[in-house]
Amino acid sequence: MTIRAKNPEEIEKMRAAGRVVAEVLARLQEIGRPGVTTAELDAEAVRVMTERGARSLFRGQPHPRGGRKYPGNICVSLNEELVHGIPGPRKIAEGDIVSVDVGVEKDGWCGDAARTFAVGRVPERVQQLLAKTAEALEIVVREARAGVFWSAVAGQIENLVNRAGFSVVTDYVGHGIGREMWEEPRVPNYVSRDDFVLIENMTLAVEPMVNMGRRQVRETDDGWTVVTADSKPSAHFEDTFLIHRDGAEPLTRLPQATEG
Amino acid sequence: MPKDVIRVEGKVLEALPNAVFRVELENGHRVMAHVSGRMRMNFIRILPGDQVTVELSPYDLAKGRIVYRAG
Repeated sequence: MTIRAKNPEEIEKMRAAGRVVAEVLARLQEIGRPGVTTAELDAEAVRVMTERGARSLFRGQPHPRGGRKYPGNICVSLNEELVHGIPGPRKIAEGDIVSVDVGVEKDGWCGDAARTFAVGRVPERVQQLLAKTAEALEIVVREARAGVFWSAVAGQIENLVNRAGFSVVTDYVGHGIGREMWEEPRVPNYVSRDDFVLIENMTLAVEPMVNMGRRQVRETDDGWTVVTADSKPSAHFEDTFLIHRDGAEPLTRLPQATEG
Repeated sequence: MPKDVIRVEGKVLEALPNAVFRVELENGHRVMAHVSGRMRMNFIRILPGDQVTVELSPYDLAKGRIVYRAG
């Protein structure tokens, strides 16, 4: 398994790709209101990507176990849908939770991130689900630094989720990222044999998927959309991280100063 | 976009030396699979005919690791 650190020039390109991802995600959260279809979110994402000189990484992605290539530009997964939701005519409704997953290639380099947001009022337990999954990424910011084993970080994510009474999805994992979206290593959100030591300037897409109920999931008939087996809601947060000596830097967030 | 860990169901055809098994997957493919460390630790016996869950190697789809035995 070859895991390569990125050089400064490559890192700058990944920052630029990450910036586009952050902008698309911000825009989608702005327009994701009741009555908007998931296909409209997809079209808006493409508009922003094109404007910024980027293209979708997801469109045409081969299915890992064969089957049809991914037909959308982004993934939009509602409620019990976990990941890989194909945009279409479905309308977002009040009380839904919407996961948007965006990956772009710009100048030969990739960025990949996801957010789950609530549309209108959702039960408190659902709010907690979103908050805890987002918090898992903050563990990565603090704890994922050069020299530590990935499982040490993943173990803390697992603990956070389990203590809240939720469950970590184990059938899907994060991944190395660079020139390609799916590079080595695999980055599970649980302690596993897929372990590796973090090195400086390594880039990883870390993406906790957290179920309110049981961890079991299944793929639906469209060949891509993954849903929870018990039909309870699921949250998905992801950032592309650059590993430093003292922590991990998310490359797929807007700079703080311009956010407010 | 998360990556699939490629877990598939299969049936054990034959036991080979060193806790390696020949497994027929539900899609008809045959793979060589060893037993996960956790299953060895818990002394879970695997016999021909058992239904098992196999995690395929992302590097070589003809090799895998048995992670669960049904029942």
